[in-house]
Amino acid sequence: MAKRTGIEVSLAIAEAVRQSEVDVVSAYPITPQTHIVERLAEMVADGELNASYITVESEHSALSACIGASLVGTRVFTSTSSQGLALMHEIMYLASSLRCPIVMALANRALSGPLSIWNDHSDVMGERDTGWISIFSNNGQEAYDLTFMAFKIGENKQVSLPVMINFDGFLLTHMIEPIFIFNDSEIKNYLTLYDPTYRLDPKNPVTMGSVGLPEIYTEAKKQQDLALRNSIKVINDTFKEFKERFGREYNAVETYRADDAEVVIVMQGSIFESIQIVVDEMRNEGYKVGAVELRLWRPFPFDDLKSSLKDKKAIVVLDRAMIPGGPQGPVLSEVRSSMYLDKKRPMIIGVLAGLGGRDILLSQYKEIFNMGYDALKTGNEPEMAKIIGLRE
Amino acid sequence: MSKILRPKEVFLNVFANKMVSRREYFARGHRACQGCGAALVLRLIFKEAGPNTIAVNATGCMEIISSPYPYTAWKIPWVHVAFENAAAVASGIEAAIKALKNKGKIPANEDINIIAIGGDGGTADIGIQALSGAFARWHKFLYVCYDNEAYMNTGVQGSSSTPLGASTTTTPAGKISIGQGNWKKNLPEIAVAHRIPYVATACPAYPLDLMRKVKKALNANGPSYIHILAVCPPGWGTPPELTIRISRMAVETGVFPLYEVENGRYCLSLDMPEGLRPIEDYITIQRRYRHLKKETISEIRNRVLKEYKRLQLLEKMDFEES
Repeated sequence: MAKRTGIEVSLAIAEAVRQSEVDVVSAYPITPQTHIVERLAEMVADGELNASYITVESEHSALSACIGASLVGTRVFTSTSSQGLALMHEIMYLASSLRCPIVMALANRALSGPLSIWNDHSDVMGERDTGWISIFSNNGQEAYDLTFMAFKIGENKQVSLPVMINFDGFLLTHMIEPIFIFNDSEIKNYLTLYDPTYRLDPKNPVTMGSVGLPEIYTEAKKQQDLALRNSIKVINDTFKEFKERFGREYNAVETYRADDAEVVIVMQGSIFESIQIVVDEMRNEGYKVGAVELRLWRPFPFDDLKSSLKDKKAIVVLDRAMIPGGPQGPVLSEVRSSMYLDKKRPMIIGVLAGLGGRDILLSQYKEIFNMGYDALKTGNEPEMAKIIGLRE
Repeated sequence: MSKILRPKEVFLNVFANKMVSRREYFARGHRACQGCGAALVLRLIFKEAGPNTIAVNATGCMEIISSPYPYTAWKIPWVHVAFENAAAVASGIEAAIKALKNKGKIPANEDINIIAIGGDGGTADIGIQALSGAFARWHKFLYVCYDNEAYMNTGVQGSSSTPLGASTTTTPAGKISIGQGNWKKNLPEIAVAHRIPYVATACPAYPLDLMRKVKKALNANGPSYIHILAVCPPGWGTPPELTIRISRMAVETGVFPLYEVENGRYCLSLDMPEGLRPIEDYITIQRRYRHLKKETISEIRNRVLKEYKRLQLLEKMDFEES
């Protein structure tokens, strides 16, 4: 039986990596990811984790080494944040197109400049189109659980893709939370050995990473798109199996009191839990409000999102990253475009909040819900997202 | 350390290629230009390394010409990821094999060679950080730089390995320019500075010497590095049939000395009892140098002699110490 323990979320993630019996860890330290890699290095040093730990000289090399190790057929883990992820950008595409099921723990942090070590989602949004599976966790338990599921999903032969687990920097990484930690044997039964179809092996030589001439590039990209798109089935099955085995439920799109709601906030990450407090308060005051979280960011859960939003009157999309000079928020942009073809779509309004570690107050969530009601009253659906709490 | 002796008694060492295995791991039919020095280098390296080898290739000429999907010239496992990260990918492969051995998933005594290949751009410029990191972490693999002295794959742009006075498309000779204005970056010395167990220079005009060095490098107890001169006929403006002769001239003029540094001890691979050949022999047959005036040629000569002298001194110093 799993025991519930008070543990820092970063350490819980490191524990999950140990229990997953990874073969290679390749990571470069960056705030606020450091506690994860420090703990892993300690485990290797004490012989608790039998793995090669590569102390790379940059994140670019961290991910490059992960690819090399993954192609040999080993289970590989890395972790980073913000600038580190941006430095990996070039190699992110290669990890997915070489079909390496690398697992990355991404402690979400703002991108410079100005330099900010604090939390928002600009790092993950910058890697939106790199072909990785991208899943958000809202608390420590989820970050811990999803680490196991990430290996399970990525290593599935129908998928063979890298997976990043997002969790808010500091807001989660540095929190001590009560987390059910599995017995090692439970995970041994849950995660099977990684056994890829192709690997770098002198006994069976293959050429990997060929030049894609114009006659083949389009088809290669189409295959990659299909693999990512079709992975949603494996992801949902993995969530289902996890619930059956361990009792905790995960969905591609999470909802809170959203079934009969008129106005909902759509967002990602740990703020989902803060919003639930405001939803309860406003429900007590008679407002029919709810919250919808896009847990799965890539592949984009079109069907689940549409069915969660179809009867709503107004939705406010809360972005934690900015698209300068564009439609302001990446989540806003994608939610809008996925709802565009629905004849009876709700009003869609965007807000930007919590950039670079700025707190979002409970009163501000109330303000955001009220923006939905105002839009319903006036019939006015602004094109651009409003920045909440901006000092002018 | 065995030296290539000169001239007659070593004909065997230089020309007896029939003594070499006929097996090829870098197959013919690839798309390299006629007279490509680098393609020849790869052929020799992998003949020596044999089938129990994994190759990592940085983006560049050799990657492009050997792997246009669905074709491949590689009879061993081969991977290309990106331009600047061949050393990092090789690090991951080495670490993964080590982990598999530690876990008993593959036999601990199984000897798998790992060879990373990069051009001078992928090594001296964009890939030097990954290379230095891999050396510092002491991953046991051989890194080979085939140095054709510019970014040939993209159309002869200058790199930090382009020699003084060479005209390239980004260091063109002009009314007020001699072409590349600085001395070539000394990559083998940078490798030596990491105190790795084996560093060498080689050149396909001395194939048996090259293969001997590959063997030593693969047996080294840690990271190893071989820097190989690769004549590029289209980039240098030389006739394809003269690739070997020009390679040999680079060695005989002292422009590209062949040497080894084994555990810090320098050893020149070639005796030059009659002294170095005049540098003009090497320079005047290449289009990239045709604009050079006497002053620049003599500047190059002086620097080449100085560098050569330095190597001779290093060789002596180390032998006295040991």
